[in-house]
Parts: sequence; structure tokens; C-alpha cells
Amino acid sequence: MANLNLVQAINLALIQEMEKNHDIVLLGEDIGVNGGVFRVTEGLQKRFGGNRVFDTPLAESGIIGLSIGMAMGGLHPVPEIQFEGFLGPAYDQICSHAARMRTRTRGAFTVPMTIRIPVGGGIHAPELHSDSPEAIYAHTPGLKVVMPSSPYDAKGLLVSALRDPDPVLFFEPKRIYRAIREEVPEDEYTLPIGKARTVCEGTDLTIVSWGASVVQCMQAIEKMSDRDGCSIELIDLRTIYPFDMDAVAESVSKTGRCVVVHEAPLTCGFGSEIAARIMERCFLQLEAPVQRVAGFDTTMPYYKLELDYLPDAVRVSRAIHDCLAY
Amino acid sequence: MPITIAYEAKIEHISILDAKGNFDEKLGGVGSKCIIPDADIVKLYAAMVSCRQLDDVAFRLQRSGRMGTYPQNMGQEATSLGAAYALRKDDWMVTCYRENCGLFWRGVPKEAILLHWMGDERGNAMPKPHWVTPIYVPLGTQMLHAAGLTLAAKYRGEDRIACTFFGDGASSEGDFHEACNFAASLHIPVVFVCQNNFWAISTPSKINSAGLTFAQRGLSYGMPCMQCDGNDIFATVYTMQRAIEHARKTGTPCFVEMVTYRLGDHTTADDAKRYRDQEEVDAWKARDPIIRLRNYMVARKLWDDGKEAALQEQVEHENAEAVVRAEGIAAPTRGDFFNSMYAETPQDLLIQRDTMHTHSLGQDPSQLPPEAQARAAQLSAEATAAAAQH
Repeated sequence: MANLNLVQAINLALIQEMEKNHDIVLLGEDIGVNGGVFRVTEGLQKRFGGNRVFDTPLAESGIIGLSIGMAMGGLHPVPEIQFEGFLGPAYDQICSHAARMRTRTRGAFTVPMTIRIPVGGGIHAPELHSDSPEAIYAHTPGLKVVMPSSPYDAKGLLVSALRDPDPVLFFEPKRIYRAIREEVPEDEYTLPIGKARTVCEGTDLTIVSWGASVVQCMQAIEKMSDRDGCSIELIDLRTIYPFDMDAVAESVSKTGRCVVVHEAPLTCGFGSEIAARIMERCFLQLEAPVQRVAGFDTTMPYYKLELDYLPDAVRVSRAIHDCLAY
Repeated sequence: MPITIAYEAKIEHISILDAKGNFDEKLGGVGSKCIIPDADIVKLYAAMVSCRQLDDVAFRLQRSGRMGTYPQNMGQEATSLGAAYALRKDDWMVTCYRENCGLFWRGVPKEAILLHWMGDERGNAMPKPHWVTPIYVPLGTQMLHAAGLTLAAKYRGEDRIACTFFGDGASSEGDFHEACNFAASLHIPVVFVCQNNFWAISTPSKINSAGLTFAQRGLSYGMPCMQCDGNDIFATVYTMQRAIEHARKTGTPCFVEMVTYRLGDHTTADDAKRYRDQEEVDAWKARDPIIRLRNYMVARKLWDDGKEAALQEQVEHENAEAVVRAEGIAAPTRGDFFNSMYAETPQDLLIQRDTMHTHSLGQDPSQLPPEAQARAAQLSAEATAAAAQH
């Protein structure tokens, strides 16, 4: 057992699965010789060779299109898109092909592929290096969308993604790449895609979140418990699609109150889906409307103002307070 | 210093059997050295005739409401057919949608193609031994898949190559350029075949390229490029043989432009008379690949009117049977579109599928007031009964 950060946990998962499954091939910009701009694929080209871990030309649609072909040909490619802001050029290949190939051919061709993408804000990065587009891909049938919030979860979820026969977008919150260290077993374990984690239990209110925002939520809960003595349950969704609505419904049926927190912009963010489903399944148990704490409906600002934009413990606390006020 | 030439290129154009019937024996070979043996010439001719007749059948099916929008292959039979003839049976063919002749030569059932245009995904469920991908509708996106399929084969130590087809229009798409770049830089043996049929719906090819040829697009990626008369089966076979040999020997890609012409409309939803002259169409009718080959075969005493009549009867019969098979397929089960979204359908989708006709989407019935629950259950039962009768 070792204390690993998110980068190390992902690196370890890749090594272990690549040793088991020789169909796993890594590709992307600067992931080979350089080990990735965040060093997540450090050492892998040396270990597994240039046939299995290689650098591509600078073209995201090309990277994903090539990977789709490789997956159709029986491999399990793991392309990296260097920052979520550059998923744009690959959108067509992801949504017109990766998401559709299985149903288009009734299973004759499939796309077992794991796209790794650093996501989210808070690292003083340039433009298009701090966005959160997970809702776009959750809204595209045929994909799976995963976003771990901790090193332990990342290893388990990535192993599941690498074994999944369908296309998975594996979002890695870059704000917490190195910010959290925790015990991560070296032994093999998986975490199922589609199952949430209850971070802490409570009876007064449910918070639902994912990615780096889980950290902000935990900070808010600490603050609130000290001051107001309220008992808050925090659910880390872990997977955006398929997602664990059963866990959310069970919790909100118990507490009657819910706050959803995400970095992505408010309108049509995945919080709206959760709120709609809570209405469908827990209406009679609700004591208050579902509150959402999210990025504003603006472009992610340059980093001078990014902390104004991103949900933080203060905004989460205010939402908890408003929700409890009903 | 004196200016030096950093780069220079030329693109060869290959023509063997021209529209007037002249045959270049040096390129095409004579007698036993002919690049296509006589028995195969006859088979290739039959394949083109069959494809043309099916096109006609498909057109009539669409006009009579039995099939959706359909893109005719008319005039372009010799392009994909020459490629399919030259390729190995287990080389990938990654097409767009005007390569029927090559696909049929490869053994793709005709009803599969018809079913695609009849709005039925089961037409895309190509059995694997065909080494053929499904029809691609989003233009220009398939070449990257051809590269990936070939890279997977290379990774496994196989010498399988891919041949991918696209039009003059699609060669404007970014993904085409990315595919060429990836294939060339990463050493992936893909033969890129551009069917220049002069029209992308109503857009003439000069809008899709300001260059003298489409073949030269491959030059910037460092790959050998060739151009041939796409209405000449000997030229398409000859050129493809050279391209395939290069690809397999060197493990690197190359580019072939086949100059042909779209004799029909873009699809049955198009009316080409709105944007092109009949004179141009007539000029290209005189260059028809099928008529050209028939004249050649007749001149060499390989063919006659009797054989032609017999062939027409045979292909009409075969194509009619394909339509019967396509139309005879059992109706898809309602909600079939849920079942292949993932390897294992998520619980969420199963509930949507099983309640699609009987429940409001997403609504949990247990949340309804008690009186409403009873009525909802009744409505569900009625809907289930109605669905069972469907």
C-alpha cells in the first residue's frame, strides 16, 4: 500500500492493466517521450515500447479517429486529449462515430476505447485549459463519462474503463492531480462505472457533486457542521453517465433536501438532470427545491478571475443554508 | 547563394483502354500477360452491369416509396471495382457510399446495402469476413478509421492494408487531411482513393480544390500520388496494383485519384438539372465504363448480343431476389434501438425501453397520488395490450 496522488494512481493503473492486456495502446500529443504534459504517462514508453505508447501528430480529430479505427480493429486504445478545451476538434469523431458504431452496426463493430482528458479549472492555466464539458458527452447516447475525485477512485475507475467494451471519457480533474495523497492499494481492484460513493453520511441534506468540486463540498460541510451542527450527506457521483440515481434518490428521500455542485456552467449542466430526476422520484419527500451551485453561464474567465467563477466552500455553504431555510 | 530546388513533383495519369477503344498494350499487357485475364474481364463486366441495374432498381424503389433517399452509383462502377479486384480479400475496404460495385465484388450482400437505405441498421451488420466497414454518411471521417484499422493489423504483425474511398468534395474535410498526415507520419499502409466525379451535390470540383489535380493533395504528406482514368477498368486495376504493392512493401500510404463522373443525381433527393448542363453529362455518357468495356470485349470476340441478353436477364433476376430478401426481413422489434447502445444495456435504458409506451418518461409511478396511481396502471395496461396487437 502506498500514498499516491492522482497522477501516480493513474500511472499505476495504466501500468498494471497494460501488463495484463496487450491490446491496450496509448497515444496522444507528447505522451510518449515526454510522458505527458502532466507526467501521467511518465515512463510508459520506455517500459512498453514505441509501438504501444506513441506520440501523434497535433490533431485531436485525428487522434480520436485513429483510435476509433484501432478499436474497431480489436485493440483497446487509450488516447489522451491534452486539455478538455481541445475536445472540440474531436467532437464529431466522438459523437458521430465512437458513440454510434455499436448501434449503427448492431454490434458488428464496437469501439472499446478510453479517452483520457485532464478537466476543470483552478490551476492558473491559459484559455481553454480550465473548462468542464462533461454534460455535453453525458447528453450523447452511447458514451460513458467518468470523473473520479480522488486517487483511490481514479485507479479503480480507470481499471474498469480499460476493461469496458464501450467508449469511456475518463476526465481527470487537474486541480487535484497532485493536491491529494491517499492510500492506494497496489493490488488489483476495480470500482464499477455507474456507482456513486457516499463520502460522508448525514440526515439533514444531501450534496451531490463530482470531480474537484467534491473538495469544496467537504470544506463547506466542515464549516457548516462546526457552526450550525447540521448533518450533511455528501455523494460523489464518480460517473456522470451512467450515473447512480438510485443512490441519489435514496439519500434525498431520506434527507428531503439537495444541493448539486459542479464547475460546469449552470444552464444544461448535469445538475439540471439530477434536479429533474429528483423531482420525478422524490417529489413527495422534498422539503425544499433542489439548489444548484455551478459555474456561471459565461465563458470560463482567464485565471485572474477564475476563483470568482468556480464554486467554492462559501457558495456551497450559502446554498446549504438556503436549502435548509425552507 | 544560388537558389536550389527544395522539392519538385509530377503526377502521372494512367489510361489503358480509352473511350475510343484504343488499348495500350505496353501498360495493359497482351494475351497471357494481360493484367486482367479474359475470364475475369467477363466477370468484372458482369459485376458492373449488375451494379448498374441495381442502381436503376433502387431508384424505382425510392420513387415508389419503398426505400428512402438513395445515392446512385451510376457511372462510377469501374473505380471501386478495380480496387476490390486488386486488393486481397482480407484487406480492409473503408468506403463512403458510392462504392457498391466494389462492395458486391467483395461479397457484401446486395440486400445489406438496400436495407441501409431502407432505414434499417441491420443492413450495417456486415459479417466480419467481408473486411468491410459500414456505409459512412458523415463525409471524410472514415479515412482515419481506415488508418486505425490498419495500425491495429500492423500492431498484430499482420500485413493487411486498407483502401479507403472518398470523393472530391470530401477531400476538403479536415479529417481527410488528418488521416493522410497520420498515415504518412506513423507509417500506416493505407491506399487513399479519391473518386473525383466532378460534383459534390451541386458544387463543382474546382470549388473543392484550386489545384490541377486532386492527386496532388497527397504530395504534401510525402506520399506517392497517381491519377488514372476511373472509367477504365484496366487503368483502375493497374493503378491499384501499383499502389497496393507500394503500400504493402513499404508499409507507407499512397494516394490514387480516379477521374470519373457522376452520371446520376447526387441522390434521389437531388435534381442535377438545376446546376449542370446536359452537354456535359452526354459527353461523359460517351465515356461510360460499361459501354467501353463491352465494345472492347465484342471487338475481341469475348462477348456478343446473345451473351448480353442472357446477362441482363440474369442480373434482373438476381437483383429482384435481393429486393425480395431486403423487403422480406422481419420488422424490427419496437424499441430495438435501445438494445445495442452498450455491450450491457444500463438499467436506466432498460426501464425507458420497457416503459416507453406505457409510462411517462422518467416519472416514478409511486410518486403519484393514490387515485392517480390506479388510473395510471389502467392506462399502462391498455397501452401494453395495444402494443401486443401491433
